[in-house]
Amino acid sequence: MSTVVDDHNHEAHHDHKPSGITRWLFTTNHKDIGSMYLWFSLIMFFVGGAMAMVIRAELFQPGLQLVEPQFFNQMTTVHGLVMIFGAVMPAFTGLANWMVPMMIGAPDMALPRMNNWSFWILPFAFVILLSSLFMEGGGPDFGWTFYAPLSTTYSNDSTALFVFAVHIMGISSIMGAINVIVTIINMRAPGMTYMKMPLFVWTWLITAFLLIAVMPVLAGAVTMVLTDKYFGTSFFDAAGGGDPVMFQHIFWFFGHPEVYIMILPSFGIISAIIPTFSRKKLFGYSSMVYATGSIAILSFLVWAHHMFTTGMPVFAELFFMYFTMLIAVPTGVKVFNWVATMWRGAITFEVPMLFALAFVILFTIGGFSGVMLAMTPVDFQYHDTYFVVAHFHYVLVTGAIFSIMAASYYWLPKWTGHMYDTTLARLHFWTSLISVNLLFFPMHFAGLAGMPRRIPDYAVQFADINQITSIGGFAFGLSQLLFLWVVIKCARGGEKAAAKPWEGAEGLEWTVPSPAPYHTFETPPKVE
Amino acid sequence: MKPLWALPLLYSASALSQERSLNLTQGVTEISRDVYDLHMTIFYICCVIGVVVFGLMFYSMIRHRKSSGREPAKFHENVKVEILWTLIPFLILVGMAIPATITLIDMEDTSDADVTIQVTGSQWKWHYKYFDREVSFFSRLATQQEQISNKFDKSENYLREVDNPLVLPTGQKVRFLVTSDDVIHSWWVPAFAVKKDANPGFINEAWTRIDEPGIYRGQCAELCGKDHGFMPIVVIAKTPEDYAKWIDETEAEQIAERERQQELLDMEMSMDELMAMGEKIYNSTCAACHQPNGQGIPGTFPALAGSAVATESDKLDQHIDVVVNGVQGTAMQAFAQQLTMQELAAVVTYERNAWGNDTGEMVQAADINAAMNE
Amino acid sequence: MAEQQSYYVPPSSIWPIVGALGLGLIAWGAAHTVIESTSDTQGWGSHVLFAGIGVIVVMLFGWFRDQINETMNGLHSDQLETSYKQGMSWFIFSEVMFFAAFFGALFYARMIAVPWLDGASNNVMTGEVLWPEFVAQWPLVETPGGTTTQAMGWYGLPLINTAILIVSSVTCHFAHVGLEKNKRGQLTGMLSLTIILGLIFLYLQGAEYVHAYEELGLTLQSGVYGNTFYLLTGFHGMHVTLGTLMLIIMLLRVLKGHFTPEKHFAFQATSWYWHFVDVVWICLFVIVYVL
Ligand code: HEA
Ligand code: HEA
Ligand code: CUA
Ligand SMILES: [Cu+2]
Repeated sequence: MSTVVDDHNHEAHHDHKPSGITRWLFTTNHKDIGSMYLWFSLIMFFVGGAMAMVIRAELFQPGLQLVEPQFFNQMTTVHGLVMIFGAVMPAFTGLANWMVPMMIGAPDMALPRMNNWSFWILPFAFVILLSSLFMEGGGPDFGWTFYAPLSTTYSNDSTALFVFAVHIMGISSIMGAINVIVTIINMRAPGMTYMKMPLFVWTWLITAFLLIAVMPVLAGAVTMVLTDKYFGTSFFDAAGGGDPVMFQHIFWFFGHPEVYIMILPSFGIISAIIPTFSRKKLFGYSSMVYATGSIAILSFLVWAHHMFTTGMPVFAELFFMYFTMLIAVPTGVKVFNWVATMWRGAITFEVPMLFALAFVILFTIGGFSGVMLAMTPVDFQYHDTYFVVAHFHYVLVTGAIFSIMAASYYWLPKWTGHMYDTTLARLHFWTSLISVNLLFFPMHFAGLAGMPRRIPDYAVQFADINQITSIGGFAFGLSQLLFLWVVIKCARGGEKAAAKPWEGAEGLEWTVPSPAPYHTFETPPKVE
Repeated sequence: MKPLWALPLLYSASALSQERSLNLTQGVTEISRDVYDLHMTIFYICCVIGVVVFGLMFYSMIRHRKSSGREPAKFHENVKVEILWTLIPFLILVGMAIPATITLIDMEDTSDADVTIQVTGSQWKWHYKYFDREVSFFSRLATQQEQISNKFDKSENYLREVDNPLVLPTGQKVRFLVTSDDVIHSWWVPAFAVKKDANPGFINEAWTRIDEPGIYRGQCAELCGKDHGFMPIVVIAKTPEDYAKWIDETEAEQIAERERQQELLDMEMSMDELMAMGEKIYNSTCAACHQPNGQGIPGTFPALAGSAVATESDKLDQHIDVVVNGVQGTAMQAFAQQLTMQELAAVVTYERNAWGNDTGEMVQAADINAAMNE
Repeated sequence: MAEQQSYYVPPSSIWPIVGALGLGLIAWGAAHTVIESTSDTQGWGSHVLFAGIGVIVVMLFGWFRDQINETMNGLHSDQLETSYKQGMSWFIFSEVMFFAAFFGALFYARMIAVPWLDGASNNVMTGEVLWPEFVAQWPLVETPGGTTTQAMGWYGLPLINTAILIVSSVTCHFAHVGLEKNKRGQLTGMLSLTIILGLIFLYLQGAEYVHAYEELGLTLQSGVYGNTFYLLTGFHGMHVTLGTLMLIIMLLRVLKGHFTPEKHFAFQATSWYWHFVDVVWICLFVIVYVL
């Protein structure tokens, strides 16, 4: 008799959540922290998106209408920074926080207090970065790549704020990544061998490694920018024996792995969703793992493909061209495996699947333009035009962002315990799909026709392309309000979701009730 | 300004003009055509791969739907196909890399040039210097400010016209030595498939050999600050005979002009003359940063109106020095090479007497000359 | 995959957000301190910076107090201990990459930028047209812009400092051995010796900077040779300072009777850190001073 009561108490005790604001401020729970990361990222997506809307409004027609060139440059710069460091990276960290412990059968992240610290640094970092926009002289206006000497000798004082904000963002990312690695290596349930881990866990393990390897390099780069600007050093100044191109080498040594940091977890998400809705096991699991590893290793050998026009010697250009092209091979393996997974499956088209399918096609298109960019002689024509802007928005927006949307629609029932409004969600998908292509596809043409990036005003022959792009942009922006609505509505209530709302889903996360209990696995589950 | 709704009409009219295109230009050099071919080849390859991959995907999406009563198959591995779809893309890429390598090596071979030109970027104009000839000049955006601010209609070459275009001969190998005075710029003319970064303190080399005479336009392609979008490049290609004629004339003109400047040193200008000339120079050269009203941009470019340097008499020497030699480590350039002594004198005078800086002080070309020879 | 004990998930804690606040204040404060110290503006920068450092110190005390109490109460499983060790190793790896950025800069400046400025590789015209007088050399005692300085020799102070750090690594190791064999006397003795060696190192490093500034004219402004020298040795010095502070805290804890031969993660982490700092110095000594 007493056992029942005991059990009940036991459950109640463990599901006890601290309440009020302090729950969020002081929490050590991976789900709370995951949720905070995800909300933070959504807010930043809207902030960065609002800046993109300023850019698109100014570019709606030739001539200067709305903003000064300098402010335009600030919008471009901060848009890039906010989207990358504020929207995409925290979204992935949030997903890792929520899902990795559940997927490997762990009670929580390995270092729960540090986890909370990693998160709370971010709001401070972004307040500092965004506050610089209101300084005298405005915020950073040298592009998210902050090439010296534009960011040193020729910048305004927001540089100092930018540098220190990046420093603490880096600290946050590194701590977050350490946490993920240690959790995965040390906290797996018995029987959860490496080659049984879901691909999302695998891709995050590798991503975390990339983060730990390159965020410190970014810290080094911003430090040198700071000393060049304020303390008279000449790392990036030829008169003192330095070289502005050296900045680019250091930056892109970080920057290129960084773009894979923003896509590898997507690969993991898509590798979870496609099998679920094809009701068929992922094709070529182990080759997926090896492909991810190869991409990560190659990502350290290709950085200078962003610098073909900087005047490197020919052999260096050739080296970086060859290795860059090589990345298409493991990425291709992934794409083919996804298609093979669908092949002769029993496919249904729930919202997560819709986003995943759009991802496969649109990311591949972005990958194709990447391979075109990799060809050095042709990159001389593409470089720093809207062709590049089109490339990276395909891989980032229809790649990373779409995968994050797919993940949200896939796991929202697990997070909230409610099913979302699928009609609205479908509407969100279709409006997004159409508008995003209207937004980014014409940019290829603008770039080929010769429109440079980072300009507030352009020659008249680019006018109609930009108009279409801007209209697509506004439509895509408005569509995201639907997403916000769906998420809020779902968080506040709705049809109860089953423990496993998707017929074909596999994995430990679906073995626990929806919403997932506050503490998932007190005692580790057994994996066969 | 025309009403908004009229714009689409205007553009569809311009859409008919030759200039507008949705694809990479084929250009007017052998290299640029090689590049165009590479571009089209890789584009078609990507299209084919895309059609195959997306085709299979759509086939699967249509035929393998659950609603068509399918049972999912059980296979999830096949080493043979995996090897196959690792190897095939690899071979395709090798096939692409070979012509790309050949073209690239060709592009980087700057030896045996007939004409050499030093191209120097600075915020926000280009400077061209013909090696072995006494010819050099600045090249700035020529579009009126009123077009940019939408007060006048935009001309056909809006933002793509300059005061002094670069003149090159056709059929000869022209080598560019690209560098910069301040931040990184990038000298780009699509029709030549030449894009080279202008790095301060270093010289990058590029070359071209133009087939046909014509006017070719490009833009600065590296974010270089506020007016990065307003830094176009115009090249006029002339036949070797026309080019020879042009360069001889220009050289003679420039030499004569320099001599004239020396003679003018002793001439005094009146306050009105100085102010009129100074205002013109100020607006074309200084106003981009310090603003037409002398207020600067707080936190970025200092104000001149009411500033100590431009109002206190004992700072006159410093004022001249700043304008002539620039300020090391800041965005303030040295204008000694860009303006004549008369113009320098005029602009300093203007700055000391405009916007309420009523010092009444005049500076003459001789003063500038004295300061330069110190 | 350690054997499964029940895992300790700590209760909610105030310290992480205090730490975040501290870092936020430091970042804002440091930025404004830099701005204010290089222009003639006055502001709150340094006050906020110090407030931030204060907050971090409070946070460290509080956090470690909780942590130590938990360990002493046996709440920490072996698995958690492993997590800490792995976490620390990855942290040290990230530090390696931080130094790699500066070593990379040194490599690039020395092997690429400076020779190119003198016309090497595809930069013949750079040397001929822009810097005709400049002669490539390393140490770069005369920059292309004409700033001159003197090079820092490797014998003398740097050599002594190298010896000191190597010895301190050894003493640190023997302190650890003492702990593992439960010889507390050896532990305290060797640990104190390590700290003293660390402090001497820092003192001598300071003296070297004074020598460089006052006698050699080697300053932060004297070109890329001085830049890489100061950034590498400076960041290394900051790490030695931090390491010494950590060692001092360990000494205090040892004196209070903390740590057992089996469980002493904090001590072990500190000693790893110390060895890491020494290894960095050896690379630094060879690459910056000797070669
Ligand atoms: C998520 C982010 C992401 C991803 C995944 C990628 C993926 C790739 N990128 Fe991209 N890239 C960016 C983000 C990203 N990029 C950003 C942000 C910039 C601009 C930064 C800035 O300047 O601000 C940039 C810029 C950039 C440049 C510099 C352009 C320039 O400035 O001149 C280059 C050049 O090589 C490049 C190449 C590639 C390549 C080869 C891939 C490959 O990984 C793509 C591989 C995928 C495929 C190829 C598709 C699938 C494969 C098959 C179906 C197999 C068969 C295919 C073939 C045989 C072709 N990228
Ligand atoms: C993951 C990263 C990411 C994401 C998601 C985006 C999303 C978008 N970007 Fe992105 N972008 C970058 C990363 C990203 N970008 C980077 C790295 C650069 C380079 C920066 C540099 O050059 O330094 C860049 C540069 C860049 C440019 C080039 C600027 C220039 O060169 O001058 C443009 C121009 O159109 C652009 C547009 C957009 C648009 C329209 C979106 C849209 O997808 C945004 C949609 C979202 C919203 C709009 C927010 C949600 C809705 C609202 C806020 C409601 C209000 C809506 C309306 C009023 C309509 N971006
Ligand atoms: Cu000059 Cu952009
Ligand atoms: Cu890249």
